[in-house]
Amino acid sequence: MNRAIDFLLGSTMRWLLLALAVIFPLVTDNEYHIYVMALAFIWAIAVYGMNIITGYCGQLNLAHGGFFAIGAYVVAILTVDHGWPFWPAFLAAGLFGAVFGFVVGIVSLRLKEHYFAIFTLCVGYIIYLMIDKWEALTHGSLGIINIAPPEGFGLVDFTQTIPFYYLVLAFLALAIWLTRRISESLLGRTFRAIRISDDLAQSLGINLMRNKVLAFVISTVYAAAAGGLYAGVVRFIGPEEANFIHTFDMIAYLLVGGIGTLMGPLLGTLVITWLTQAVQSLEEYRMIVFGPMLVLLVIFFPRGIVGTFLGWRGRRMARQAPRKTRESRVEQSDPHGADSKEARNNA
Amino acid sequence: MLSIRNLTKRFGGLAAVNDVSVEFGANQINAIIGPNGAGKTTFFNLVAGAMPPTEGVIEYKGQDLAGKSPDSIARLGVARTFQTTMLFEESTVLDNLIVGHRLRTESRLWDVLINSKRLKADEKRCREKAAETLEFVGLSHIGHRYIADTSQEERKRIAFALALATDPELVLLDEPAGGVNPEETDGLVDLIHKMVDHGITVCLIEHKMDMIMRIADKIIVLDHGEKISEGTPEQVKNDPVVIEAYLGKEDAEA
Ligand SMILES: Nc1ncnc2c1ncn2[C@@H]1O[C@H](COP(=O)(O)OP(=O)(O)OP(=O)(O)O)[C@@H](O)[C@H]1O
Ligand SMILES: [Mg+2]
Repeated sequence: MNRAIDFLLGSTMRWLLLALAVIFPLVTDNEYHIYVMALAFIWAIAVYGMNIITGYCGQLNLAHGGFFAIGAYVVAILTVDHGWPFWPAFLAAGLFGAVFGFVVGIVSLRLKEHYFAIFTLCVGYIIYLMIDKWEALTHGSLGIINIAPPEGFGLVDFTQTIPFYYLVLAFLALAIWLTRRISESLLGRTFRAIRISDDLAQSLGINLMRNKVLAFVISTVYAAAAGGLYAGVVRFIGPEEANFIHTFDMIAYLLVGGIGTLMGPLLGTLVITWLTQAVQSLEEYRMIVFGPMLVLLVIFFPRGIVGTFLGWRGRRMARQAPRKTRESRVEQSDPHGADSKEARNNA
Repeated sequence: MLSIRNLTKRFGGLAAVNDVSVEFGANQINAIIGPNGAGKTTFFNLVAGAMPPTEGVIEYKGQDLAGKSPDSIARLGVARTFQTTMLFEESTVLDNLIVGHRLRTESRLWDVLINSKRLKADEKRCREKAAETLEFVGLSHIGHRYIADTSQEERKRIAFALALATDPELVLLDEPAGGVNPEETDGLVDLIHKMVDHGITVCLIEHKMDMIMRIADKIIVLDHGEKISEGTPEQVKNDPVVIEAYLGKEDAEA
């Protein structure tokens, strides 16, 4: 019963958000707003990746922005210097994200907790340095211009804002769908067991390294794919894409929306993106507003918007439901329980 | 069942477990007692593979566990609970238990992506196992409750259920009655007996002497990492070494 309500509410909210996202370009005639929204969606895709390794699996990966930049640079280098069309380059970005993520993962995930975080901070910085200094490959601080946009089909032209918006929305929907698949499956449960504690997970027979590396690789593929899309829309990138600020922005999105929740990454990204737009006149000083806000949020709502809401609703329903559930459960499980106990005895 | 020979674990200069040899019989309740810092939890960590022993052999059903990874030891049928109960606070009791049977399933990322038959069957099996173990520990009626809303004693039972969901033959319980009141302790004692009745071998660490004396088939006493006594509760209770090193002190504390 609880699960049915949960599912209904959860999926209703998702469909509603999707519907809103679909009609958004039709109700606004401000192309700039559509562009901002498309960029927010791209970041949200990357934040979904961070949510898998950091939210579900509990490993704070501070190289996440670096993997985003890598995805962007793979697309940029392949399309500009090697004449690849966008889509093959985009696939290559995802693939490279996976391979590089695997290599970084098997090294860094030997470390635990803040050692892992600090190590990945260094990895992020090394990625930045490589992009900035390896001029023969990355064009250094000049950046790369004229990146190929995603090739359209028929009348659809992805150099225009609205078609591109829908393209990004499709990828975002895919990212959310995939996250949901993972999080509701045994695999997601495995990740969350690791988040509770390495020791507990291992005592339950979970192979830590294999599952952490898997979560890490999934997250870097998300990041690299988001980076690839980003390169295709802005069409000019530089070493700044690998700046730490992006990783910390993504952490803020995740915290505000709700770490380890399904809709948190999207809501957090949207809320902060539009707040940032609203206080744009403050420029650098906006951090004076955001900093304390974030601190208050982490103190009073450590589970973010979605987490707080889910916790409140879940516990309220748990309190309302007990009598009903108890009766039905006893009926269901009594004969079954006795059966399986006999089976154990015989075995 | 479990045959331990010359087991030693040194942390730098400190021998937390020092040359301990002991046999634990199948389908019995074996207790490990000793003052704080005696090396009891470290002993469990070695058996469960959470840390490798410096020296020694841990023979379980004829194979040496020393140096094996904790997850492979869990798959061999050794489960444990921890001194501090760790559970996922933000979800329900049943939700917490489902992952317990994961080690007996085979689904991988690919199964998740295509939502394969195997995944569905595995998830069904894990759910059934969770419901079954919850029933076993007598908590079917709170399956839907949030962990944050459960009592200390319920948490202990949930931790038992989680360990049982791995289909263990040997269960290591680290202070299963820590922080629960005497009536609740009686309930946990019944539950431990029930586990043994179902063919499980139990090893437990406990500070509650009356409880240990009541339920243990065999006790070993550790002090500064060394086994200073072993035997039935009667034998241990009357061992002058134990009385001097441990029981006297405990009684004075209590
Ligand atoms: N990972 C570790 N590294 C270094 N020293 C450790 C480690 N684990 C335990 N010790 C030390 O080993 C000794 C035994 O600790 P252990 O936790 O096994 O004691 P215990 O018998 O379980 O005590 P308690 O009754 O308080 O739980 C202690 O002196 C402890 O400080
Ligand atoms: Mg201990």
